[in-house]
Amino acid sequence: MQIDKTFNDFVLKFGNINGSGSASANLLCAKALFRMGLPVTPKNIFPSNIQGMPTWYEIRVSEAGFQARRDGIDVMVAMNPQTYRQDVECVVPGGTLIYDSTMKRNFGRDDIDVLGIPISKLCADNWSDPRQRQLFKNVVYLGALARLIDIDNEILETLIAEQFRSKPKLVKPNIEALEIGREYSRENFPNRLKVRARKSTRTRGKIMISGNEAAALGAIYAEATVASWYPITPSTSVAEAFERYAKRFRTDEDGKLRAAIIQAEDELSAVGMAIGANWNGARAFTATSGPGISLMSEFIGLAYFSEIPLVLFNIQRGGPSTGMPTRTQQSDVLSCAYASHGDTKHVLLFPVDPGECFTFGADAFDLAERLQTPVFVMSDLDIGMNDWVIDEFTWDDERRADRGKVLDAVALEQVADFGRYRDVDGDGIAYRTIPGTHEERGAYFTRGTSHTETGGYTEDGTIHAKNLDRIARKHETAATLLPKPLIRDLSAKSKLGIINFGSTDSAVREALILLAREGHGLNHMRIRSFPFGEEIEAFAARHDYLFVVEQNRDAQMRHLLVAETDISARKLLPILNYDGMPLTAAFVHDAVLNLFAEYEDIAEACATPITAA
Amino acid sequence: MTHIAKPKFSHPNLPKNGLGLTRRNYEGVVSTLCAGCGHDSVSAAIIEACYELEIPAHKIAKISGIGCSSKTTNYFLNRAHGFNSVHGRMPSVATGANLANGELTYLGVSGDGDTASIGLGQFSHAVRRRLNMVYIVENNGTYGLTKGQFSATNDKRSKNRKGVENQFDSIDLCSLAIELGAGFVARSFSGDKAQLVPLIKAGMSYHGFALIDVISPCVTFNNHTSSTKSYDYLRAHNQVMDRLDIVASRPEISADYEPGTAIDVTLHDGSQINLHKLSSEYDPTDADTALSNLNRYKRQGTVVTGVLYLDPDEVDLHDVMNSSKQPLNSLGQSELCPGADALEALNAQYR
Repeated sequence: MQIDKTFNDFVLKFGNINGSGSASANLLCAKALFRMGLPVTPKNIFPSNIQGMPTWYEIRVSEAGFQARRDGIDVMVAMNPQTYRQDVECVVPGGTLIYDSTMKRNFGRDDIDVLGIPISKLCADNWSDPRQRQLFKNVVYLGALARLIDIDNEILETLIAEQFRSKPKLVKPNIEALEIGREYSRENFPNRLKVRARKSTRTRGKIMISGNEAAALGAIYAEATVASWYPITPSTSVAEAFERYAKRFRTDEDGKLRAAIIQAEDELSAVGMAIGANWNGARAFTATSGPGISLMSEFIGLAYFSEIPLVLFNIQRGGPSTGMPTRTQQSDVLSCAYASHGDTKHVLLFPVDPGECFTFGADAFDLAERLQTPVFVMSDLDIGMNDWVIDEFTWDDERRADRGKVLDAVALEQVADFGRYRDVDGDGIAYRTIPGTHEERGAYFTRGTSHTETGGYTEDGTIHAKNLDRIARKHETAATLLPKPLIRDLSAKSKLGIINFGSTDSAVREALILLAREGHGLNHMRIRSFPFGEEIEAFAARHDYLFVVEQNRDAQMRHLLVAETDISARKLLPILNYDGMPLTAAFVHDAVLNLFAEYEDIAEACATPITAA
Repeated sequence: MTHIAKPKFSHPNLPKNGLGLTRRNYEGVVSTLCAGCGHDSVSAAIIEACYELEIPAHKIAKISGIGCSSKTTNYFLNRAHGFNSVHGRMPSVATGANLANGELTYLGVSGDGDTASIGLGQFSHAVRRRLNMVYIVENNGTYGLTKGQFSATNDKRSKNRKGVENQFDSIDLCSLAIELGAGFVARSFSGDKAQLVPLIKAGMSYHGFALIDVISPCVTFNNHTSSTKSYDYLRAHNQVMDRLDIVASRPEISADYEPGTAIDVTLHDGSQINLHKLSSEYDPTDADTALSNLNRYKRQGTVVTGVLYLDPDEVDLHDVMNSSKQPLNSLGQSELCPGADALEALNAQYR
């Protein structure tokens, strides 16, 4: 093992059986490392099942701050005999395997250290209740591991006390379990492992939170009051977190809630409720995943055509069909960009991490009301359900919600001829009114049928076409309001660039560093929204080839770029991953080098000195 | 008929209600439905009910799905916002709208296809959530806009215009609504304005889910001799169970009804329902007898009309959800945004 890998640069992996209570112990481990000041990247790789199936939890520790998942496990805690074979295989030479040696086992690898701890026996000896015997296994291995890699004991105990704040009786036995594991490892494995944790200051000003919680918080800060949803992995925790925060921040003097969270009977109803609430002047959203988007499509077209603000959090998962509900993908790009029949086009925001889930989550409501159209926040399972280390949230108390063009009773008094769909300002966006505003003025008829400027029914083709053109103009306006792509000119003269969006960013950034070390300088653009702004074409114009990294089979973002910009399709070389696992830097790095080998002129385009990395 | 605009002037001596509004102020655009369509009578009854209840029209939200019935929300209450949504999904739009502002009166208009087929799921869930709305089904047993297919409320063995017999059992929306916990369930006939207007008034005053299933003949596709939803069939088979007065804190207008037992119910909003039962066989405040009453008459081929079920215990979705008394759409930043300090405290929790 190399010296520079010894401290604060390793990957831990836990192989468990789902439903066995391992999740909280594993989170405890990640949180303890984070509190030691170490950037951690936990990834929960879980089955679509309640009890009995294999589940894994990986924690990458990287003092350098690399946040992508990394293959090559340094320490494997194998608690599930069903998966021993694959769990042993993934350990790097020189790495360590920890297992429950109550049933001894030869793993047939002499290039790794195998540490057997009779975890079941230790638990059976110390507890009589079967449930406790099961649950404390997780804490016992955590205690042993903590000692072996130097996780701070005080921090662990503090975290346990925090975790069981509402059930203080559980603190003591948990700390005892931790000590049993620690004690066993002290007596039997006097030498600690080669990989160790050491306190650092790298997480100062950072928090650790999942994207779904952050998105819900964004909705709370954006003053959303109605959340209508239907349970679907991996989006469920958006609505649940919204409810939790609402109860905390929005309970009024009478003990009543300044929010309505409603579990609908299906996704059609969930989006219908969000549309009804937005139409009636509340900020409302729904949260769902791919199958839900399919079901909501008719209503999304209605909101588009009748111009009702709407925010949808799409926490993407592996498709098509039911697909892999507990794995991550970016495979709803096209289905959301053009959701519903007829000529439709929607605003998409692509958050990179929970930090942007919060900011985009809040911005989405302003954009939806400003533009009077559906806005999708395109998160995914990796961002949504995993904990990420991000900068602390900030909020400007001077910020005011942009409710867009809404006429109140006073304004209506001054408007001689109100027309709900009349483009008074030339930006394609007309003025709307909220039901109940004025006793004589401002009422109009909302419909999905073709309509005139005043909302009347029409079958006049000229009026229909003119209306569609106006709505298209509105989306041109949108392109100027949305978050701009983040462009990094890492190698100013390079004719090669890499384009990505969303959760692939940490893998792409790390891969760019690996490539730079090998003498390949590439520039970088992360797309953050659709419709595309002019910066995207400008970036493409400066480069001969652009690698487009995405997590789907069909290169959906590349399709969108070809369809919606003048960028030549020949320039855009897809790098695609769709196995459902969070992307690794190695995958991106290798894919780039493979394309170098395939196209000779790419290497030429790249043969420029690197100015930055 | 859309090219015919209604004249804007009206006679200066038209009668006015307590708000100083005439019936004209409650009208909508000219109907484009077939001449003689039952739905137009329902629209007229809605106009009359709102005029008599003296509700400011702009405090009503009209929500509908797709179909002939759903188009009618354009033909009354011009001063109210209307929402003609997607097929079978009016209940969810109404639910969202109601959550945003519980203070408006929600008037949903739907048809038998829109409610009993494509929308049966949403209908059922709006009922069980006790959404505070009046849900009027203009029930003609047929799909009009697509030219005469059977709907799910069409009676078994009833025939279409071409003599083809319906092979499937019908869905009785009133029975279903009682089963699912609706607070106010009534049936009426579009040709019986004297019954329909007070029913709509009572439904609008009721705090909870009020269903009014109005048999409303389709003059074009389902008004022939072998139909059980024709004007002639209804006139011959309509068993009126009760007549009611609805009085909203004004002197009661005594009605000249046939003798029977009377039930008085004071509604949540203070208005009084005075229900004159015309039969001693059932108690409309008891769900079991209401259901068995419906079933018994259905077997006989008789359409029972009137208030079929009334739960004096009025509860709506907002009560259940414990949501703010102030409409959510009226709350501002100070009430909704926790601010930077709260976020700082939250950051600490995630360290």
